[in-house]
Amino acid sequence: MDKQTNISKKPQINHANPLARTLLEKLDYDQLTNCMRCGFCLPACPTFRETGVEPESPRGRIALMKAVADGLMEPDDMFRDQMNHCLGCRACEPVCPADVKYGQLIEQARDAIEDHSVHSPPVRGIRKLFFKGVFPHRNRLKSLGRTLNFYQTSGLRRVARGTGIMRLFPKPLRDMERILPDATAQGVIEQLGTVHPAKGAPIARVALFRGCIMDVMFAGTNVNTVKLLSEAGFEVVIPPEQTCCGALHAHSGELELARNLARINVKVFKELNVDYIVSNAGGCGALLVEYDHLLHGDEDWNEQAAWFASRVVDISRLLVEHGRIPAFAESAATTAEPVIVTYQDSCHLRNVMRSGSAPRQLINQVANVTFQEMKEADRCCGSAGIYNVTQPEMAGQILEHKMDNVNVTGARYILTSNPGCLLQMKLGVEQHGRGEPIEVKHVVDFLYERLSKQDA
Amino acid sequence: MLDPALTAQLRAIVGDAHFRDDKEALITHSYDGTPMLQALPDGVVYPESTEQVSAIMKALSFYKIPLVSRGSGSNLCGGTVPVQGGVVMVMHRMNRLLELDLENLTATVQPGMITADFIHHIESLGLFYPPDPSSMRISTIGGNIAECSGGLRGLKYGTTKDYVIGLEAVLASGEIIRTGGKLMKDVAGYDLTKLLVGSEGTLAIITEATLKLIPPPKSKMTMLAMFRDLYGAARTVSAIIESKIIPATLEFMDNPTIRVVDDFAKLGLPLDMEAILLIEQDGDPETVTRDIEQIRQICTREQADTIQVAATREEAERLLTARRSAFTALARLRPTTILEDATVPRSKIADMVRRINEISIKYNVTIATFGHAGDGNLHPTATTDARDTEEIHRVEQAFEEIFAAALELGGTITGEHGVGMVKAPFLEWKIGASGMELMKGIKKVFDPDNLLNPGKVFAKETRRRVVIDHG
Ligand SMILES: Cc1cc2nc3c(=O)[nH]c(=O)nc-3n(C[C@H](O)[C@H](O)[C@H](O)COP(=O)(O)OP(=O)(O)OC[C@H]3O[C@@H](n4cnc5c(N)ncnc54)[C@H](O)[C@@H]3O)c2cc1C
Ligand code: SF4
Ligand code: SF4
Repeated sequence: MDKQTNISKKPQINHANPLARTLLEKLDYDQLTNCMRCGFCLPACPTFRETGVEPESPRGRIALMKAVADGLMEPDDMFRDQMNHCLGCRACEPVCPADVKYGQLIEQARDAIEDHSVHSPPVRGIRKLFFKGVFPHRNRLKSLGRTLNFYQTSGLRRVARGTGIMRLFPKPLRDMERILPDATAQGVIEQLGTVHPAKGAPIARVALFRGCIMDVMFAGTNVNTVKLLSEAGFEVVIPPEQTCCGALHAHSGELELARNLARINVKVFKELNVDYIVSNAGGCGALLVEYDHLLHGDEDWNEQAAWFASRVVDISRLLVEHGRIPAFAESAATTAEPVIVTYQDSCHLRNVMRSGSAPRQLINQVANVTFQEMKEADRCCGSAGIYNVTQPEMAGQILEHKMDNVNVTGARYILTSNPGCLLQMKLGVEQHGRGEPIEVKHVVDFLYERLSKQDA
Repeated sequence: MLDPALTAQLRAIVGDAHFRDDKEALITHSYDGTPMLQALPDGVVYPESTEQVSAIMKALSFYKIPLVSRGSGSNLCGGTVPVQGGVVMVMHRMNRLLELDLENLTATVQPGMITADFIHHIESLGLFYPPDPSSMRISTIGGNIAECSGGLRGLKYGTTKDYVIGLEAVLASGEIIRTGGKLMKDVAGYDLTKLLVGSEGTLAIITEATLKLIPPPKSKMTMLAMFRDLYGAARTVSAIIESKIIPATLEFMDNPTIRVVDDFAKLGLPLDMEAILLIEQDGDPETVTRDIEQIRQICTREQADTIQVAATREEAERLLTARRSAFTALARLRPTTILEDATVPRSKIADMVRRINEISIKYNVTIATFGHAGDGNLHPTATTDARDTEEIHRVEQAFEEIFAAALELGGTITGEHGVGMVKAPFLEWKIGASGMELMKGIKKVFDPDNLLNPGKVFAKETRRRVVIDHG
């Protein structure tokens, strides 16, 4: 039985406040009504857990959105801050009995806020630069990668750190600079070409979603993803025309920009007519599987977006459900040293793509690996896109608790399924590690590495 | 708006961060789990000790400002909606386990502790605290005590009131009182502990509770019985109890619930069944096996269509899923879910379900019924849309008639959710005019200025009894 939403009455209020007007227009009033305020989402929410106060909870935030729409309160600074305080981890969704689409509500709220925000000129400049000028443009990303790589390898980084010039930047940015991996202008296509055959009889033809940052900062992971897919029996194509997924845009209230990017991707992938579209970053994947929602109401794109969304799958899940699990599963022959491994969930992989068990199943099959589940692995690490840069205090608090749980596992490796989480966990190890070496790796890299050791 | 001198005083008591009167705080403490109710308080305060609670109450009573104590706001009777404004006092910071006395088997806790956290802790020590409201992952011990919450284990083990043996509480005047103690026997005067349990925040603010713990049962078995005949299911419930077996759990789902649950959880339940009973027994292994066997025979005698006994814990979990998904499945059907709480003697369950189904047809509203068959506590649940005022009106009429039917069958208007605002107009139906006078007298002694949770339990007017249409 489908939820009947025969009455989609929004209150007829002519708000004097322009932001309230936009919020009333953009918020899905049905979803606001669906929240029955049962409070089941409270214990799942990291910001509620850290603070223990109702406004920092999903139920509280929904009540605030509804209060503004209903004209019970003006959307003041505190309201904006509260909307930005949400991590967008969406841990509140799977536990909600009423199936409230909280993720959509928070994006709509931020979108409305963004429409009316007057950023200070430098912030406006940076937002514009990144959202419009960088992420969507492959070449610019590449040259950014090149510059960053030059900075990192030429000795400039040493100089910068040595002279203390980094101290001019705010701390969260300095923290990030330290843990950024080496960038490259050599993305996955430059390294492997656009088509990669399957090993053995092909099971299916899949397209790789390479991501934007992913292909600059984690090109190696993209390469390993393709090779792993090939080992497992998939033929991989990588369309060069694809663009950024738009997740950072959508989460930051730039929904229109996100939609534009989505249209490009839908078109590019649709032409390939592949069986699956594979993502290896939970954050990107979660938006990709919701392209149908994102483009909802756009008649011209409805059907194609639904086609796209229905084919998106995370690499781990594809391997578990359809792949031929490669040889790393055979214990006897492996030369790899025995290690303890733990896994930090990517919230979006778990709560939106609902594929949290697949990486664990894979890890459990690797020879000489003891998988040690950490307490509250399903709780956000505080990375949440660019949250750790915009809300450093809360992010830091969450990370500290996270590392308490990591440290007791005795793990040598922390595996993740999303670049943001990976960087955040690196930061965690650096700031709160126990001193023993802990490496943070993408699941794909770990699996592929073990596979190679096995071959050796 | 509160007097600035009062807000200054409150800030001084709890610290700046723990008193708030900004719009954000007011809005997010204007509601609870009850549909369609909302009212703004004037301030929100988060105390961390009994002394602070007492000081806050002294200040508020001086200014005659109302106070609503609040756990997690999960109640379903409007119990924490500040209808007369004033201050909402959130108990979350008072969430410590103060003492665990293994010699006397008692635990002393602060009211803001989350029930599930408490239960897990107790169970990790090999002990047992039976009250288990379905909301235990969010609700607080204080809220449980104030509502006298019950759960699936209520039939055999009783409800919250059977486990609270001592309380510390703050009166409207700010005085601190202590009732009961670590005593299993105590008849020194009136039983104020029992009086405060279920008092819905209208008599005092509970600041500490001493709870009785018991040893856990050694084993447990679960079974599911499906019936084509509603009365067969109902007779089974009575027959089980008559044969002197008290199951740990005896839960019921009617046909509309079965349909919704199956559609949601894809459990392959037969859709032509009139009722499903979920039965659990716990205790010593031999007793459990014997009881379950006997229950199975009763089910067969009453023509159960199918009977499944879980062989393993996993299988039991699968059977339990059906009952557990009832609320979730219903909640997804329509935007507004109104879960009510009518209770009848268990011999009258089938009659009550029939009546509910007739009433739902009469008013053309969707009502599914599930609940605790063993103690006659049924949850007729309407799925509707708060924005459809005409339909909501019909739902209200239907519920009024359902309450009347429950009373007519010798039942009550609420078995576990409390009176609050929602049931206040019907309370007199249950306890009569002299009962009302007595209760109002008690309230007056505790809280002469009517500052504690005003507007709850006692309504301005009693709803006129509807004429029951038997047609
Ligand atoms: C989905 C769902 C399922 C539920 N299942 C059950 C169930 O199975 N059984 C059941 O009995 N109930 C159930 N409930 C109702 C509710 O969860 C219980 O009434 C619960 O005890 C409320 O706890 P709370 O901490 O949320 O209290 P609140 O809702 O915050 O408060 C409830 C009442 O207690 C008072 N109060 C709170 N703390 C104190 C204190 N320290 N001193 C004095 N008064 C105080 C408040 O003033 C109010 O009147 C359910 C609710 C939901 C939403
Ligand atoms: S769990 Fe869902 S319905 Fe309940 S309060 Fe949270 S968002 Fe609302
Ligand atoms: S998305 Fe995460 S942080 Fe935001 S309300 Fe939901 S659970 Fe809390």
